[in-house]
Amino acid sequence: MFKPSKLHGEFFMQGDIACAEGALAAGCRFLGGYPITPATEVAERMAYRLPILDGVFIQFEDEIASIAGVLGASWAGVKALTSTSGPGISLMNENIGLGMMMETPCVIVNVQRAGPSTGLPTTFAQSDIMQARFGSHGDYGVIALAPKSPQEMFDLTITAFNYSEKYRMPVFVLADAVVGHMTEKVIIPPVEELEIFERVYTTKKPGDYKPYELDGKNVPDFAKAGDGYRFHTTGLTHDERGYPIMTEETQWKCVPRLMEKISKHVDDIVLLEERDTEDADVIVIAYGITSRTVLPAIAMAREKGIKVGLLRPITIWPFPEKRITELAKKVQGFVVPEINMGQYVLEVDRVAGKYVPVKSIPHPGGGFHKFDDIVKAIEEVAHG
Amino acid sequence: MDKNEILDEMIIDSKHHPMEDLFRMDRMPHIWCSGCGLGAVVTAFMEGVKKAGKDYDKVVVVSGIGCTGRVAGYVNLDSFHTTHGRAIPFATGLKLANRDLTVGVISGDGDLFAIGGNHFIHAARRNVDIVVVCVNNFIYGMTGGQTAPTTPLEAKSSTAPYGNYEQPFNLVGIAAAAGASYVARWTAMHVRRLSDSVAVAAQRKGFSFIEVVSPCPTVFARKNKKGSGLELLQEFGERSRIDHEADPTKIPLDMKNEIVCGEFVNDDRPTFWENVQKGIRKNVQIEVDLESKLYDRS
Repeated sequence: MFKPSKLHGEFFMQGDIACAEGALAAGCRFLGGYPITPATEVAERMAYRLPILDGVFIQFEDEIASIAGVLGASWAGVKALTSTSGPGISLMNENIGLGMMMETPCVIVNVQRAGPSTGLPTTFAQSDIMQARFGSHGDYGVIALAPKSPQEMFDLTITAFNYSEKYRMPVFVLADAVVGHMTEKVIIPPVEELEIFERVYTTKKPGDYKPYELDGKNVPDFAKAGDGYRFHTTGLTHDERGYPIMTEETQWKCVPRLMEKISKHVDDIVLLEERDTEDADVIVIAYGITSRTVLPAIAMAREKGIKVGLLRPITIWPFPEKRITELAKKVQGFVVPEINMGQYVLEVDRVAGKYVPVKSIPHPGGGFHKFDDIVKAIEEVAHG
Repeated sequence: MDKNEILDEMIIDSKHHPMEDLFRMDRMPHIWCSGCGLGAVVTAFMEGVKKAGKDYDKVVVVSGIGCTGRVAGYVNLDSFHTTHGRAIPFATGLKLANRDLTVGVISGDGDLFAIGGNHFIHAARRNVDIVVVCVNNFIYGMTGGQTAPTTPLEAKSSTAPYGNYEQPFNLVGIAAAAGASYVARWTAMHVRRLSDSVAVAAQRKGFSFIEVVSPCPTVFARKNKKGSGLELLQEFGERSRIDHEADPTKIPLDMKNEIVCGEFVNDDRPTFWENVQKGIRKNVQIEVDLESKLYDRS
């Protein structure tokens, strides 16, 4: 039905465009979107590329429609993407919850800009970390990945699609305006060389199939619209038939599993990058673009004789609790610079704070941390 | 055959409902109030699907939230009960991603025209190939009788205890003005004409809109002293007049006036997908050149 993407090689490519190419390489053939700085280039690239590959591009009337259309496309069996920034995510959040409840694979790219409200549209922040985790009402597990470069905009968009198909849920790519708008070398391998996880469709016959029957797994097998299963699905609390059942008992069966399908597979989902953490006394935890801008500060602190390491969560959610606990038991403390007023540090402090000091270095957005501020924080933690 | 013989024939096989292949019988009884028009409307909708000769496996129903939002849960088709107001964009995604599907949206007046109003006009403008049926009962039923964008002036609701002071929408007028390919209005009394209308809409291309004026006995009738559901249905029947030539923008509804019914718009104009394809064909050489240039960079 769809043509494969033939694009491969070495490119000097913008992050947003690399994100679109990653989606296409992963097999995404539907984009529903709405223009917003600094994410628009993702949609523009898809508008150009999707028709060539027999895919569907639609610019909706708003972000609410965009995510609803993406969910619909996914239920038709097509990998689907939407790209936006913080204000768009705010609008999408109700239907992100629907995607979680109906267990609908799709990828949502948030090229973060500074908020709250309209904030700084053309510049950057990392202030939607908690929005990604808790944006929609109710309880559900979340997967969010934070790229640090255009190359990772490509790579992690593919990973996001793989996770979304594997765990049947919307997955976030939490980029930012710097990574999205920066142009760097991007290597795109031939599509045959990529690891792509394809959706698990039921092999049962219509009549035997129940949309949310687990058969001993955490994630139910999928049936798409039009295949004769005549299934029902709803945002209401539902049983394994997908039928709404308004009882506490059904809520117990339905909702905790939406968290367990993540919590039971944390080791499969968590991706980390570590530098010099083995002998470190102080560890800087930084993600996305901040993991690159702190490197000179870390070098400066090392020149002063402090053993500093860097832990970069590539997977922001689920939180890499296991590794951070291990490190907390042997280091003197953590420094958490992030371009928000202290969001991820809350989780670091929850996990590591009972062992060692955790120091937040906040920034409201629109700029980077000053090296001196980071060095000073590292020194404070190192020298108590 | 006299009337009794016909009735006898109809109830011979009482263990089987004549529509049981099209409804989820394991979900009966439904949650709708006795006297509500929804049962008649949904039956007429499914009759229409049957008349259209569609493969049921390729027909999808999407609903939003509210009394009518529950339709998706009862039809024995692939069915999606989505969020409040968002059934149309969800259906748009489904249809565009699999153009072999016949996609119907059945939802209420509050869902489609208050919270979902923006999606409605844009889907009509795009001429996306879906069938939208709005069951208009003039009020929010599920939440207990609040004012809707269709509530007639001076009608009472739980949020308009002294009478509604907001000008209501004329749904068929909006649909026609926004560019729908097919626009019709019926009441829950016109079940045969409604099912014919659904069959026409399901077979034709483009954005189709059918408004069905339907009685809500529990809140609208009670708050407005309209009697039982049956009495309100009879009133709708008596007030209605069929005029296919009527200008849909000139036939608003109020508490007393004529309910002008009919097929007001039935035009062929290119659908969203046809226009997409036209654009690609027109620019195909340019696209191929650009594409090869893109790949050559490797």
